[in-house]
Amino acid sequence: MATHARTAILNARLLDPDSRLDQRGSLLIDGGKIADHGPGLFRDGVPEGIEVIDADGACVAPGLVDLRAQVGEPGHEDNETLKTASQAAAAGGVTALACLPDTDPVIDDVAGLEFIARRAREVKLVKVFAYAGITRDLNGRELTEMGLLAEAGAVGFTDGGKAVADALVMQRALAYASIWGRPILQHPQEPRLATGAMNSGEIATRLGLSGIPAVAEVIMLERDLRLVEATGGRYHAADISTAESVAVIRAAKRKGLKITCDTAPPYFTLTERDVGDYRTFFKLSPPLRTEEDRQAIVEGLADGTIDCITSDHLPWNQDAKRVPFAQAAFGSVGLETLLPLTLDLVHKGHMSLLDALAAVTVKPAAVLGLNLGRLRTGAAADLVIFDAERPWRVDAEALHSKSKNSCFDKHPVQGRVLRTLVDGRTVFTLAA
Amino acid sequence: MRFPHRHLLGIEGLSPAQINTILDLADTYVDQNRSPNKKSDVLRGKTVVNLFFENSTRTRTSFELAAKRLGGDAINMSVDGSSVKKGETLLDTATTLNAMHLDVLVVRHPESGAVKLLADKVNCAVISGGDGAHEHPTQALLDALTIRRNKGRLDGLTVTICGDILHSRVARSNIQLLNIMGARVRVVAPPTLLPRAIGELSVEVHHDMATGLKDADIVMMLRLQLERMQGQFVPSGREYYRFFGLDYEKLAAAKPDALIMHPGPMNRGVEIDSLVADDIHRSVILQQVELGVAVRMACLDLLTQHGRNDPA
Repeated sequence: MATHARTAILNARLLDPDSRLDQRGSLLIDGGKIADHGPGLFRDGVPEGIEVIDADGACVAPGLVDLRAQVGEPGHEDNETLKTASQAAAAGGVTALACLPDTDPVIDDVAGLEFIARRAREVKLVKVFAYAGITRDLNGRELTEMGLLAEAGAVGFTDGGKAVADALVMQRALAYASIWGRPILQHPQEPRLATGAMNSGEIATRLGLSGIPAVAEVIMLERDLRLVEATGGRYHAADISTAESVAVIRAAKRKGLKITCDTAPPYFTLTERDVGDYRTFFKLSPPLRTEEDRQAIVEGLADGTIDCITSDHLPWNQDAKRVPFAQAAFGSVGLETLLPLTLDLVHKGHMSLLDALAAVTVKPAAVLGLNLGRLRTGAAADLVIFDAERPWRVDAEALHSKSKNSCFDKHPVQGRVLRTLVDGRTVFTLAA
Repeated sequence: MRFPHRHLLGIEGLSPAQINTILDLADTYVDQNRSPNKKSDVLRGKTVVNLFFENSTRTRTSFELAAKRLGGDAINMSVDGSSVKKGETLLDTATTLNAMHLDVLVVRHPESGAVKLLADKVNCAVISGGDGAHEHPTQALLDALTIRRNKGRLDGLTVTICGDILHSRVARSNIQLLNIMGARVRVVAPPTLLPRAIGELSVEVHHDMATGLKDADIVMMLRLQLERMQGQFVPSGREYYRFFGLDYEKLAAAKPDALIMHPGPMNRGVEIDSLVADDIHRSVILQQVELGVAVRMACLDLLTQHGRNDPA
């Protein structure tokens, strides 16, 4: 019988948002799984043959599960590769991510999924899952082979950054996907209203930029919720950015509608003011909104209306951003800043540590139907060891991501990933 | 027993006894059709017109043959859909036909309710040969006769109808008839091919062939039109075949002696595997065609009895 590599993590603050565990103790990894944990473990010392990691009082939590990240492959390797994205994820404490299908070619067939799976096996850092398109070529018209794609491992269906605008197509997608038990993810933006460059309002007016109004989001969202009611489909709204969207989702959940949603750190950290003097690194989709919207997003996270926080990782090379604002690409990298910015909600007193961690671990795992994001005996040893208090300043040039387009460059944050393990294997260690 | 209806526009409204009357009479015509002399004179002197606003080969041929076997005069009128302009022209057609003194008009029309519209205006008996996604009564009757002759009964049987329920008049007529006769009806289809309120039509709704076919006595497959499996209702033919096409693997969930039916024409390799369709021990698809003629003879007979029995 093969002897499994065994690792002990000592002096840890063990955190499991699912079971509400927050306890000093130790943890044993055997064969890539969590074999045991608790305060009494290794009280009498660690037996020989077990590798020891001294957490030195740091937090040990389930690795982050990121609902949405662009990994650059296939077709955008100049921006990111699956390897650099995986390195960025590992550095950010993200042990599993789901990559989006708006690639080149798009992922709308089984071959596309198999390509991602093969690349993930080759890179072998973090766990990489993939969505497939809702529609062929993400054209918004013809449904993909969702049954075959689900069998081939698609964790859900989304047209990525494009919203499915046609109500009939969306209705059929929700109905059809429901029998495969996979969610439909929608980036809710009415495309005809979302042709601008930044949030509609005083700043856009002053800068002379065309605006993307907040209603572009809530119109699509409300329409989709009606379709969810009609079809009973599983729906997840991606990247919620406005106060009205939060209110609409809160009301729908109160009515008993089984929907989920996420937002990303920029929407609870930054506002349209950060665009400042045409700073293209702050050009995001949806756009950064107003301070009132930002506060509503924080409230939505605090009261559980917003289920998950995603990295919304969207890497772009310099050329895509060093252009006039209206011509610049939308998006920011986010894998390496997801945890500290999520912890910011804790430091500011908006959320408890366990609730904040739930939004980046067990809750996104549940959206995708993945048995991940939990620290418990028998679970995969996908873990992040982090110092929740340590202050540092984001430096875009130091990011592992191939592209450095972070809207958090030079941003002071608190909370640092020290080590990341996937199936018990260390995939990242912070340089001393 | 006298048949009290002037027309046969659908299964809805028929009683179990009336359905049995049609099936009993059809049984006798099965014998006639298998005998050396296939012709009788029940419809002698009667004129039957097949008025088809939609393409059809087997239904039209079946009605034509039925009328001729009974000694009637059968005429086919095919009307190109594009040359007909909605209600007004349809009513003009009715008055034109009235002037020709027909006895039976068999009508197929692509719009639900169009056969009824015509039946209200003509002064002869009307048999629906299928209207839109509404009803196709003679198909349901021939299916019932096929089941009854093979299983000896209809009541208590579990019948699973699989496929494009949304667009199917065959499914609607069969759901009606099977419920009237006491069978248990299930439908299996992806949600995109089911009407929203299908569950309110006394059927069990399934999206999975394994549960839908479990212990079924009868498996009825429906045709999926090519244009509906290109990303609109269904992503592709191959995905449909993989999850909803009837092959031996899926059929294994049904009873070992379950019968396989299909109203035709079949899409082999889409809704049904060729081996299953041609399995002489399981498939009764060709029997359905044979019994279709007998059922249509019975319908023509019953709907013209009124005129025959009255003094001239």
